[in-house]
Amino acid sequence: MALTVLLICVGVFLGSGVWAVLGNRSSSTSFWVYSFSLAGSTLALCVAVVALIDTEAPTATLQLPIGLPWLGAHFRLDALSALFIVVVNLGSLTASLYGLGYGRHEQTPGRVLPFYPTFLAGMNLVVLADDAFTFLLAWEFMSLASWALVMAHHRIGANLKAGYIYLLMASFGTLTLLLAFGLLAGADGGYDFAAMRAATPSAGLAAAVLAMALIGAGSKAGLVPLHVWLPLAHPAAPSHVSALMSGVMTKVAVYGFVRIVFDLLGPPDWWWGGAVLVLGGVSAVMGVLYALMQHDLKRLLAYHTVENIGIIFIGLGLALCFQANEMQLAAALALTAALFHVFNHSVFKSLLFFGAGAVLGATGERDMERLGGLIHRMPLTAIAFLVGSIAISALPPFNGFVSEWLTFQAILLSPKLPQWLLKLLVPAVGAMLALSAALAAGCFVKAFGASFLGRARSEAAQNAEETDAASLTAMFLLVLVCLLAGILPGYFMDALAPVTRQLLGAQLPLQQQMQWLTIVPIATGRSSYNGLLLFAMIAVAGFLAVYVIHRWASHAVRRSAIWDCGFPDDSPAAQYSAGSFAQPIRRVYGAVVFRAREEVDMPAPGDCRPAKFHVHIRDLIWDALYAPLESVVGFVADWLSKVQFWTIRAYLTLVFSTLVGLLVVLSIWH
Amino acid sequence: MDHLSLDVAHMFAGGLVLVSFMLLYQDRMFGLLNIFALHAVVVSLSVAWQAYIQFAPHLYITAAIALVVKAIIIPVALHRIIVRLGIHRTIETVGGIGLTMLAGIGLVALSIMVMLPITAEAGTLTREDLAFSLAVILLGLLMMISRRNAISQIIGFMSIENGLILAATAAKGMPLVVEISVAFSILVALTVIGIFLFRIRERFDTVDVYELERFRGGHP
Amino acid sequence: MALIYDLFVQVAQLLLVLALAPLLTGYIRKIKANLLRRQGPPLLQPYRDLLKLIRKEVVLAENASWIFRVAPYLVFATTLIAASLVPTFATGLVFSSAADLIAIVALLGSARFILALAGLDVGTSFGGIGSSREMMIASLAEPAMLMIVFTLSLLAGSTQLSSVSAFMQGPDVGLRVSLGMALVALIMVAVAENARIPVDNPATHLELTMIHEAMILEYSGRHLAVIEAAASLKLLLYFSLIACLFAPWGIATAGQGVVAMAIGVASYIAKLAAGGLLLAVFETGTAKMRVFRVSDFLGAALMLGLLAALLLFVSRSV
Repeated sequence: MALTVLLICVGVFLGSGVWAVLGNRSSSTSFWVYSFSLAGSTLALCVAVVALIDTEAPTATLQLPIGLPWLGAHFRLDALSALFIVVVNLGSLTASLYGLGYGRHEQTPGRVLPFYPTFLAGMNLVVLADDAFTFLLAWEFMSLASWALVMAHHRIGANLKAGYIYLLMASFGTLTLLLAFGLLAGADGGYDFAAMRAATPSAGLAAAVLAMALIGAGSKAGLVPLHVWLPLAHPAAPSHVSALMSGVMTKVAVYGFVRIVFDLLGPPDWWWGGAVLVLGGVSAVMGVLYALMQHDLKRLLAYHTVENIGIIFIGLGLALCFQANEMQLAAALALTAALFHVFNHSVFKSLLFFGAGAVLGATGERDMERLGGLIHRMPLTAIAFLVGSIAISALPPFNGFVSEWLTFQAILLSPKLPQWLLKLLVPAVGAMLALSAALAAGCFVKAFGASFLGRARSEAAQNAEETDAASLTAMFLLVLVCLLAGILPGYFMDALAPVTRQLLGAQLPLQQQMQWLTIVPIATGRSSYNGLLLFAMIAVAGFLAVYVIHRWASHAVRRSAIWDCGFPDDSPAAQYSAGSFAQPIRRVYGAVVFRAREEVDMPAPGDCRPAKFHVHIRDLIWDALYAPLESVVGFVADWLSKVQFWTIRAYLTLVFSTLVGLLVVLSIWH
Repeated sequence: MDHLSLDVAHMFAGGLVLVSFMLLYQDRMFGLLNIFALHAVVVSLSVAWQAYIQFAPHLYITAAIALVVKAIIIPVALHRIIVRLGIHRTIETVGGIGLTMLAGIGLVALSIMVMLPITAEAGTLTREDLAFSLAVILLGLLMMISRRNAISQIIGFMSIENGLILAATAAKGMPLVVEISVAFSILVALTVIGIFLFRIRERFDTVDVYELERFRGGHP
Repeated sequence: MALIYDLFVQVAQLLLVLALAPLLTGYIRKIKANLLRRQGPPLLQPYRDLLKLIRKEVVLAENASWIFRVAPYLVFATTLIAASLVPTFATGLVFSSAADLIAIVALLGSARFILALAGLDVGTSFGGIGSSREMMIASLAEPAMLMIVFTLSLLAGSTQLSSVSAFMQGPDVGLRVSLGMALVALIMVAVAENARIPVDNPATHLELTMIHEAMILEYSGRHLAVIEAAASLKLLLYFSLIACLFAPWGIATAGQGVVAMAIGVASYIAKLAAGGLLLAVFETGTAKMRVFRVSDFLGAALMLGLLAALLLFVSRSV
């Protein structure tokens, strides 16, 4: 029943896409497309939430006679898919709501509107698919629709490069996933997931499948070193699509990894978790360091997605380590932490991208060095962006802190692991996680401070206007979710329990029954956290402080010029910019990780030209991995281009020799 | 073996690893000598404690030799060599201090990972001390390869020797004769190295290994 | 009835830390002055300073936003709640299960975030200097803090402050070099987080030698009073943390009678006095470091924490 409703919603999305193509000329197409998407997402969200909470319901499967003749199309709604349908549709609900307002600014709606609902349809289908063909078809659908959206503003040169690299990486990812499914299906070719679950691959084969899944899903999610397309493609798309790509599509990739490794593959080896942990830890630290070096707001957010995907994969790696050692409860804790972070990240990353889109729409600028002072011009957007920043920096009382706290608690269980390499690796990854959390806070002080605080650095920033009501509604809806998930995390953790029970066979103790809504993941004496109580105490303490001070303090307030230690400078260029804020961190970390060098070009005395300050940063991963690959491909392509200029006789000789060779092979083989 | 003895032995062995890290952190010559003297003091205390809990009186002599020779005589001799040769007092490193320290932590983790599984049948004390002595040896080697200065390479070599002493006492049974000969051979090696340093310094005006490479036909 | 008594004890702890914080700051200043052979300000001077500031007029920059006006209260509230959750004279208080060590450190991180934003709000270069350096120091101090938490939780099997404190008072602790290293690392992190010498000079108002002072340069009047109170609360919090984790003798457990509580209060005040003396001696004996040497300093704290955890893996009980 629920599954049929979800498939109908997918049909609604596809129908809206077709409508957008047909009704291209009329101005209300944008309104109708986004409204239909909104309605479809809301319905899907409600159905999925009911399916997730209702723990007694059996998993629903459906088989449609479309697709390959001997396979059909299998669909399945179990706890894992229900969770990811919730994540996808919460994101698409708010994005459609945002699009109702934002879409009015779109210059070329014909290039965005048909692909937006098809993108939503693709994402939902990936999560519902129950056989390899449907999965890969929906995955490609999702990639192509998002590629079309990235290329929507194709007149900007940078977007062309972004689209090209995105298409390459997406095709590469699909290829590796195809290989993974091929290996799982085995020689018999059972491509539906039920057959794959029943089969037990050998250890080497399983390791190969893990590697393929990690590369394929990891490249779509944004794991280092396969992340290079993310900061190019995500900012290029329109803002609500960026929010969907960063906040939701990366989660669909995580779903792909979880489905293959936790569901289809069978019991893991101990070193699988270690490999995933290392990749996650490196992604977390590198992602946030990259983000700190950026001064384009949307690129900063895109690099930050890399960091959060790293955190999710740290949780998943821990779950694999614990599961391999049959510590099911610890694995359930790690998996809960990872899945909670999936939900949290989709919420606050969408919120931040909506804020960035609002800023872009109001000022036309994405470069933080040309923003500033927007808190006075766009007060509501500023509040929403502030909440998103605090949440993503993993600070209480918002939701980011809860998932990080749960991950740390899982890390603290690592001494019970028997393998020495894991015992020593997990604390190191824990230190990397703490480092990335602290750097993330610095990154978002920079992002919020440079864009919204201080004085305006350009005309556009001085004349910005607040965004429209639809966008603000979408943002504040997400603010509310951030707050609720932070102060009532027990309910969310209980909603995740069916997923861990399905995948690992164990679940955390029921959190709703804990005293005063505290969450106690392991045991009462060991660790506990009460978001509601902390929030209440801080609120009460704050109000009491305000009351006491205002009762007995002087009320005199005088507005005056900036103090600045007695040397105020009128020029807004004298304040700290985004680049200068990152300078201490660039000095400490960037010298090693990016070979960051600062170069000052001072004019000679008497020369009146301005001094110039350059920061040179090298992307070492691009230099080490992609640039050589690019040159090799270029070399081979140049060498092969000679084939273009052969005579007809040469081509015929080629065909003839290939045919003869194949016949020889055939004869030998028999 | 009761908990207090184990804890004190663990404290001394762990303290030796910590002092090896402090050796890695130093960038001034006299500070390096003082920390090396501390290294030798910690080793002698550790050997003395082992003598006490193993009821092996000959180890007290080992401790005394380590204390007198390594903590007093050698640092003073090196101090005089440095002053006589007029060697400049800062130590150049290869790679930053941060990276060297991270590599050091990795080496400690590596030695734990290697030693603990292999020595599964031995007693707790022996296993701990073997793991820590391997760590001290590796840290001494790290010091030797990440410093450009010949004096600091000598110090690194000596700290390797201290690690070996720790391992030998933990493995319960090192005859005194061997220790005396080892100590004297160290002394001989030091004298030889000192003479060489004098001659190198006289010929080339420097003991920086990097500079010396040029004369060997190394990098330009 | 028991609940009322427990609530009363918890609120009493909150009021105690609030009352003692300026006294601790005054005490440390007095000792530093005496070490420099000066008389120094009277012990109660910080209270007088706060009252003076409250009665003064607030001068706001023209472009200061609501964040600038709200930040002092938010910082104060967060720091006060964090300080009241660290056991001072009694463990196991009613609200102590709301936040463990990781959550308390994160609460201080929230306060720092808001303060850094307030520094950037007016749009001056000094605010920018303070905020950017503060976030750099935080990025180095937090991993060190996590390794200390890891070491403690390896030993005590918990991250709850009450459980760790109870473990440290118990017989299983033994003499462990890892605890010594964790203590030194915690002291280094505490010095960095509270902007004391050698990381930052709390007494100076020169532009290039300050980090915390630079962020609050534009504040005046009652806002400045609230921020100064929050800063002294943060110092008291770290003292209480070190005392309850590494010197827990004399702490009462919740539910014990008034006598045990009184002994707890007396031992707490004695620990504060001893700690303040040591801090004053340390600050007087050391010079402030260049900002970019702070990364070496905190890197050493991180190394100590990592080493402490590694050593614990090798020792007898893990």
